[in-house]
Amino acid sequence: MNTFFPDAVVIARRNLIKIKRIPELLVFTTFQPIMFILLFGFVFGAAIDIPGSSYREFLIAGIFAQTVVFGSTITGTALAEDMQKGIIDRFRTLPMSESAVLAGRTFSDLLNNVLVLIVMALTGLAIGWRVRTSLGEALLGFALLLVFAYSLSWVMAYVGLRVRSPEIVANASFIVIFPLTFIANTFVQSEQLPTPLRIFAEWNPVSSVTQAARELFGNIPPGAPEPTTWALQNPIIYTLMWAVAAVAVFAPLALRRYRGAVSR
Amino acid sequence: MSAMTTTVLAEDLVKTYGDVTALAGLSLAVPEGSVLGVLGPNGAGKTTTVRVLTTLLRPDSGRAEVAGIDVLAEPREVRRRIGVSGQYAAVDEYLTGRENLEMVGRLYHLGGDSARTRAAELLEQFDLVDAADRPAKTYSGGMRRRLDLAGALVARPPVLFLDEPTTGLDPRSRGDMWDVIRSLVADGATLLLTTQYLEEADQLADNIIVVDHGRVIAEGTADDLKTMVGGERLEVVVTDPAELGRARELLATVATGEITVDAHTRHLTVPCAVGTAPLVEAIRLLDGAGIEVSDIGLRRPTLDDAFLSLTGRETAAEQPTEGEQEVVR
Ligand SMILES: Nc1ncnc2c1ncn2[C@@H]1O[C@H](COP(=O)(O)OP(=O)(O)OP(=O)(O)O)[C@@H](O)[C@H]1O
Ligand SMILES: [Mg+2]
Repeated sequence: MNTFFPDAVVIARRNLIKIKRIPELLVFTTFQPIMFILLFGFVFGAAIDIPGSSYREFLIAGIFAQTVVFGSTITGTALAEDMQKGIIDRFRTLPMSESAVLAGRTFSDLLNNVLVLIVMALTGLAIGWRVRTSLGEALLGFALLLVFAYSLSWVMAYVGLRVRSPEIVANASFIVIFPLTFIANTFVQSEQLPTPLRIFAEWNPVSSVTQAARELFGNIPPGAPEPTTWALQNPIIYTLMWAVAAVAVFAPLALRRYRGAVSR
Repeated sequence: MSAMTTTVLAEDLVKTYGDVTALAGLSLAVPEGSVLGVLGPNGAGKTTTVRVLTTLLRPDSGRAEVAGIDVLAEPREVRRRIGVSGQYAAVDEYLTGRENLEMVGRLYHLGGDSARTRAAELLEQFDLVDAADRPAKTYSGGMRRRLDLAGALVARPPVLFLDEPTTGLDPRSRGDMWDVIRSLVADGATLLLTTQYLEEADQLADNIIVVDHGRVIAEGTADDLKTMVGGERLEVVVTDPAELGRARELLATVATGEITVDAHTRHLTVPCAVGTAPLVEAIRLLDGAGIEVSDIGLRRPTLDDAFLSLTGRETAAEQPTEGEQEVVR
């Protein structure tokens, strides 16, 4: 009997109840993106000038990307917490599908990111961001952001089960994710960066997902230089390659970790 | 031999963590429908044993079977048949008590309706009805413990593993828990229970194993273990602590083993032969020497005595402070 699907739904539902029970969590996950959009939009948007276009519009896709990447760390901290509190022990003595715990977790975190993207998009629209392509392309842009964040959830699932302390997961991922989202084209055009950083930024998948979203929203400034690397010339394919690779490597690793997990 | 089947079996379990040997070749067997009490001091390997038997931990070597199924080869089949309550209550703090139990029911695949009904039954049985719809975060330690135990019973599993199920419960809750456990056993469940409380093993267990340093150092019924310690105990409390030494010398003539002296409580424990003769003799000796006694009596050895003589240590719960106790041959 394969119980993967119903079990994953039970787990995802349980995770969502937690968001409901801790209002602070919901406030944090929705207010923080709003704040980002407003702060970056008004502070940087006023200070940085992109010829022939609004920097604010350029910025939005970058803020979307950064926020969903940060959102994926929830997967790691939540699993570490469940491990610490012995909940994973309880699950592991039940006759349920083992992969369902991880699948349910990554799925509920995906839903969380959907909510965050909706809030951010509405805030963006309110301050003048516009989609200059079609609704279909815009939705494809959002979908790509979500796929990318979902694949990172699996990386974080592995990290969370390995590290076992929610605080350490949060701190460690901050150290990695901060440079990853800043040494990229999220907030500046990568051409403006000094060479070593530029090369990193050009191959950084956070850049490609941002580039793809920006193209799909029609937010590339007119007259912006053509990207010179394959990664940024084919940002959708390049992003999907990263996403598939991350899941292919980290989902089995995380599952193996889960099977051997003990709370202490 | 009768048609008694073994429901839980462990053979030569070994588990090491670096230099620490948690299990050093531990074996046990629990016949169907019986209760095995696993008794041992802190760090003896009780929890490690439970973790192996409940599919949570793979031993370095050894074999384990639950309900005839190999634990290492078919963990999921084993999980269908067991209920587990670990040493530390594993309840989801953000869910209410009811949601916790319903979730467990669904993960046992009882179906939504049965999961709900069963949760309501258990909340009733474990006296959690008033708190049922509050997040478990607001529960007291004892309430969490009971909720965790209720979780183990959701699917009415035929085999139960309870790791220190009454630690942290007040005396009334403990008595209630004992009743629950007795009724489970009356319904035919097979149970392995670890405990720090010797009285609990005495009350609930058909058989007891005493574990120390990762191996079984004694096994039998509570009576077997008491007999192993031998005879009865003469308990004497002297009024003047200065008389303890003299009393000990006098009583050596009726003693059949080590006399334990607790200077703090002015208490002597004298192993002696069965019958009232040693008591009469002791009173005569002490009275003759003019030693005033505030209490004297005979008692059967308790599991504490068994434990002390088997491990050379008191149970963790009542470790005396250094120097208060000396043992004289
Ligand atoms: N994950 C681990 N890493 C290192 N050592 C461990 C680990 N788990 C258990 N041990 C060690 O193994 C030994 C047995 O531990 P176990 O938890 O089985 O004891 P216990 O009998 O349950 O004790 P207590 O009564 O305190 O619960 C102890 O020395 C413990 O320190
Ligand atoms: Mg223990």
